[in-house]
Amino acid sequence: MTETFEPKIVAFVCNWCTYAGADLAGTSRTKYATNVRIIRFPCTGRIDFMLLIKAFQSGADGIIVSGCHPNDCHYTSGNFHARRRWMVFKSMLDFMGFPTERITFSWVSAAEGKKWADLVNETTDSVRALGPFTDFKNLDFSTFNQLDHDATAK
Amino acid sequence: MPITKTALVIGGGIAGIQAALDIANAGHQVIMVEKTPSIGGHMSQLSETFPTLDCSKCILTPRMVEVAQHPNITLHTFAEVESVTGFIGNFDVTIRLKAKSVDFSKCTGCGSCWQKCPSKKIPDEFNAGMSFRTAIYTPFPQAVPNKPVIDRANCTWFTKGGKCGLCAKICPTGAIDYTVKDEMLHVKVGAIVTATGFDIKHSDFFPEYGYGKHPDIIDGLQFERLASASGPTGGEIRRPSDGKEPEVVVFLACAGSRDKAKGIEYCSKICCMYTAKHAMLYKHKNHHGKAHVFYMDIRSAGKSYDEFVRRAIEDDDVNYIRGRVSKIYEKNGKLMVVGVDTLLGAKPVTIEADMVVLATAVVANEDAESVAQKLHISYDKHHFFAEAHPKLKPVETNTAGITLAGACQSAKDIPETVAQASAAAAKTIILFSGSELTREPVVATVNRLPAPVFTTCTGCFLCQEVCPYQAIEREEIRDRAGNLLMNAAKVNAGLCQGCGTCVAMCRNKSIDLQGFSNQQMLSEVMGLLNQPFD
Repeated sequence: MTETFEPKIVAFVCNWCTYAGADLAGTSRTKYATNVRIIRFPCTGRIDFMLLIKAFQSGADGIIVSGCHPNDCHYTSGNFHARRRWMVFKSMLDFMGFPTERITFSWVSAAEGKKWADLVNETTDSVRALGPFTDFKNLDFSTFNQLDHDATAK
Repeated sequence: MPITKTALVIGGGIAGIQAALDIANAGHQVIMVEKTPSIGGHMSQLSETFPTLDCSKCILTPRMVEVAQHPNITLHTFAEVESVTGFIGNFDVTIRLKAKSVDFSKCTGCGSCWQKCPSKKIPDEFNAGMSFRTAIYTPFPQAVPNKPVIDRANCTWFTKGGKCGLCAKICPTGAIDYTVKDEMLHVKVGAIVTATGFDIKHSDFFPEYGYGKHPDIIDGLQFERLASASGPTGGEIRRPSDGKEPEVVVFLACAGSRDKAKGIEYCSKICCMYTAKHAMLYKHKNHHGKAHVFYMDIRSAGKSYDEFVRRAIEDDDVNYIRGRVSKIYEKNGKLMVVGVDTLLGAKPVTIEADMVVLATAVVANEDAESVAQKLHISYDKHHFFAEAHPKLKPVETNTAGITLAGACQSAKDIPETVAQASAAAAKTIILFSGSELTREPVVATVNRLPAPVFTTCTGCFLCQEVCPYQAIEREEIRDRAGNLLMNAAKVNAGLCQGCGTCVAMCRNKSIDLQGFSNQQMLSEVMGLLNQPFD
């Protein structure tokens, strides 16, 4: 019996909008894909995008970053910073050949329980189609220490 | 952190009035801002209120006067909130005092100006568009303050470059001043009560009922004005088209509400009750008239509410038909109301009516979205303001220090509005009852280390630029001799709200957020994916 691949999706969400929206999806008993694991931040502005890389490195197949709609940030401007960071980060990742289709950036408000459920379902489906994220595992770490050694030797 | 013990109440309807009086009576200062020239809100437009059939203005106006005369309340009418910055206990609010063109310190309210104003054809908002008013006007005779303002968009002096000027000539105290401009008032408040109220859909929302083109198809507020003794017909129910008394009136409940196809899935809560009330008022004034109500359900859950609806059916002989109306069209001077009676097996029913009253959906104000954005509070897809928790926090918002009262949060009737307003006032009074604010310890800190390092912060102050609360300060780090070594960032824990934008910005991670530190978020990511934390 073959096991179908179930993607691991990590969601980086803001406490005031998306987390509350996900909570609403729960209290409304909305059924949606169970592949997502949520990390709560006070604001999307807090999200250091290196954590996204760390998530992929640790075995995530897909990522959702979601916060308050523009103009509705609980701290007024955190989501704008997150959005700007994402624009730069995405172009850098694209340049590096990283599959940015695995990362979904979205706005879900506290009243949009259904939107959260749909977002998770869509992301799960698209990441499932992309398959498990194994690129990272191809990196060979064994040469790293050697490089250091070479540099100091000179 | 110290608290400014002044409350701002936005909105001068019954919700705002009740909240303002409660906070003021507790001994705190209140600033009330109302965008129309008078307080009172929609309740002042009603003729009688259910279930008591109290005259609406009779129970409202004493409270309006109490607000105007209360020593702790400062009332600004014809004013709007322009911007809000700051946070709980320490809000900085800018209020735009729109130019009234009338100096209230000189005006005596004699009324000579509006009696003589030649611009008489402006649709009267208070009478729901069913009569006209002048350019210089008080919205209704019991207005508080009872002094007129000039509607500059419709005043000849302003639209035709200085022509007319009759009111200034007539005014016995010289109170008219065409040159004044809007004034910006800056105030500091500790808490804000949002009581901005609601609007309703109008007959133009319904293609199947003629796009609002027929003058005898009216909405609930228009019927209230017809029934009001101070309204355009002096309280007589007359057809807007020809002024005749209607012999057959059909009332449509749920016009627009509970209808996914129209984008309004919710129930507007008040219409079952006010439809019964309207039918009763019509029958009380036109004894020989016939009233029909097309309904889906009867939602009369309040105290004495169901008994009230029963009175309409049993005592006042109102004919209730369970079914919806698919179309209204005109034929031979009558309005043909085509509906169905579901209790008789979906039997088609057509009534030839002289007037139709639509109980249209309660909706949020047009500017609700912009008000919410100014206050940084959340709102739902219908632009009703979001409470912090639907069950347990119905008056607070997710923005600390800002509470909600009345229909701006969701459609509700007057007793609930008053109760919610008092609840919002209570929350505000609780806030003011201490001398300091306690808050969660989720704050950012910039590291400080022993000499000679002092801190890893390089003094780039990117964090200061992005902080929405200006909570980051420059600290001069000096050696024992007093020589300046470096400028480093320092967080003012009282101002910091814990968003963490600075932490993500910091290039070398010298600033961290307590409760959501870099170490914590990293271990969370790794833990979620079952990796050992190295």
